[in-house]
Amino acid sequence: MTPEELIFAETHEWAHIAEQDGEKIATIGISANAVEALTDLVYMDLPAAGTAVTAGNSFGEVESVKATSELYSPMNGEIVEVNTSLPDNLEILNSDPYGEGWIIKVKVSGDTPENLMDYVAYQKQCDEAH
Amino acid sequence: MATSRAIPNTSSQPESHWPLFRSLLRHTYEVHVDSDKQLLKTPLHQWHIDHQGRMVEFAGWSMPVQYTSIIEEHQQTRNSIGMFDVSHMGRLYFSGTNVAEFLDGLTTRRVAGVECGKIRYSLMTNDSGGILDDVLVYHLPDLKGNPFHMMVVNASNRLKIVNWLNERKSGTDLQIDDRTETSAMIAVQGPLANEAVKKLSEVDPDSLVYYTGTTTRICGKEAILSRTGYTGEDGCEIMLSGGDSEDVWNEVFDLAAATGGGASGLAARDTLRLEAGMPLYGHELNETTNPAQTDLKFAIQMKGREFVGRSSIAEARKDSELWLRTGLELEGRRAAREDCKVFQGEQAVGVVTSGSYTPTLQKSISMAYIHPEHRQIGTELSVDIRGKLHKATVVQVPFYQRPA
Repeated sequence: MTPEELIFAETHEWAHIAEQDGEKIATIGISANAVEALTDLVYMDLPAAGTAVTAGNSFGEVESVKATSELYSPMNGEIVEVNTSLPDNLEILNSDPYGEGWIIKVKVSGDTPENLMDYVAYQKQCDEAH
Repeated sequence: MATSRAIPNTSSQPESHWPLFRSLLRHTYEVHVDSDKQLLKTPLHQWHIDHQGRMVEFAGWSMPVQYTSIIEEHQQTRNSIGMFDVSHMGRLYFSGTNVAEFLDGLTTRRVAGVECGKIRYSLMTNDSGGILDDVLVYHLPDLKGNPFHMMVVNASNRLKIVNWLNERKSGTDLQIDDRTETSAMIAVQGPLANEAVKKLSEVDPDSLVYYTGTTTRICGKEAILSRTGYTGEDGCEIMLSGGDSEDVWNEVFDLAAATGGGASGLAARDTLRLEAGMPLYGHELNETTNPAQTDLKFAIQMKGREFVGRSSIAEARKDSELWLRTGLELEGRRAAREDCKVFQGEQAVGVVTSGSYTPTLQKSISMAYIHPEHRQIGTELSVDIRGKLHKATVVQVPFYQRPA
C-alpha cells in the first residue's frame, strides 16, 4: 500500500478501510515517520483478537531502546486479526510500514472519526513539527 | 502513538528541540517547562546540528540525544571509539588557601591529602545525608606543574552546588570559578580511544593511571586530559577552552571515524552507563537517597573524617530495612522503566530507578532499590511493568565488564 491510500491519526497511526463480506475492516499500523523517529525498536505488546478498541485509546505499545510509546486506535470496533509475527520481526516496520508492517485489523463500528487526515495533511503536520 | 510513559523523573518536564517525538525523550532528559527559555549551547552545538544530531533539552542545555541509531552509537563505543560532547557538565575551578580542607568537609570521600594528579568520584550530601550530587574532584597540575583543585558536577545540579559551596565558604578566601559556559568537555571512550588521542596529545592517555589526569596540550591547545569516563570502557576525557574545542573535536573525530567510531549522543551514554552499573543523578541518586543505600562504598570514607551528612550515613548503615541499589535482569525484551514496582510474591520489596533493553548484553536490565532481604544474587523477583508482572532475577552490578 502507498501512504496516499491511507488515513492518518495525529498520533501517527494509519488506517486503511476496505469492505469485506459486508463489513468495514480497517487495517491499522504506524507511519514511516513514527518508525524513523522512534529508532531502535525492541519490543511490541499487542492485544488478542476479539478485544474491543476505542478511537483515541491505547491498544498496545511499542518500545524503543529509549522509551515506551502507546499505540492508539484510530477507529472504534473489535480486533479481528493481529500481526503476531511482528513483535519478533520489528525490522519489518522499517522496511514496509504500510504493508507487511500492519499491526491489527479491526471490524469497524460506526463512522470513521472526523479527526483523521489524508497523507498530505499528515505530512504537513510532521513537517511543521520539525 | 505520541505519549511516552517512559516516566519523567522529576516534576518538571523536558522541552525538545525536536518536537514530533519529544515525549519519547522524556526518560532521561529532564528539567524545565518554559519552551521560550533560551537554552544553553555547548561550543560544539553547530557541529551537532551539522551532523544530524537530534537536539533535546537536557538540564537547560540543548544536547544531542542521538545522531543515527542509539544501538550503533552504543556499539561503536564498545568496539571502537564513541565521542561525547559533555560540555553541559559543570566545571568548577577553585582557588584559595585551604581548598582541599574546605572540599573535604563537604564530600563523602577524602580530598585533603590526596596527591596531585588524582581524581576521585565522590558524593556531596546535605545535613540529613541526602545526596546533593555525585561529583568528580580533581587535584591536578597546571601546565607549569602548579597544583589546583576542580570539580565536575552534574548539569542539573550545577547552580545548586555552586550555591551550596558559596553558602559555606564564609570566613575563607575560597574563590569558585564556574567555567562551564566558556569551556568544553569531550569524552573519548572505547577500546581504541586512547590510541587515537595519543596521536594528538603531548601526554599519552595510556601513561595515566585510571582516574588520574594532568594538564597538557592536545592539537597544540592547552587541555586537561584525564583517564576517566562514564561508559564502562577505557578512554579519556578532555577539558579545554570553548574556542579550541571544535578543532580538537574534529581531529579526534577523523581518527575515530577511520576506525569505525564516531559521535555518540546522550541516549547511548545512558545505555552504556547502565550496563556499566553506574548511577545517574535524578534516578539512582537524589536528595531522598542516603549514600549508605547506593552500594558505592569506595566513594564513602568515614574513618577519622568529619563532613556534612556523615552522621546520617553512619545512622543509615545500621538500618536493616533500607532498600539498597541492586541489579535486575528481566526475562524478555521489555524494559522496566523508572518507578516500576518490584515484588517478591505479593510483597512489594523495591522500585526500579533505571531500566532499558541494552545493546551489548541484548537483555532488559534495571537498576532498582531492593529490600536487603531480597537482593541476594539469583533471587527471583517480579517487576510490575504497567500492570503486567515480569520475571526478574537479581544479578551482579556491573552488568557489563569490558574484556581485560
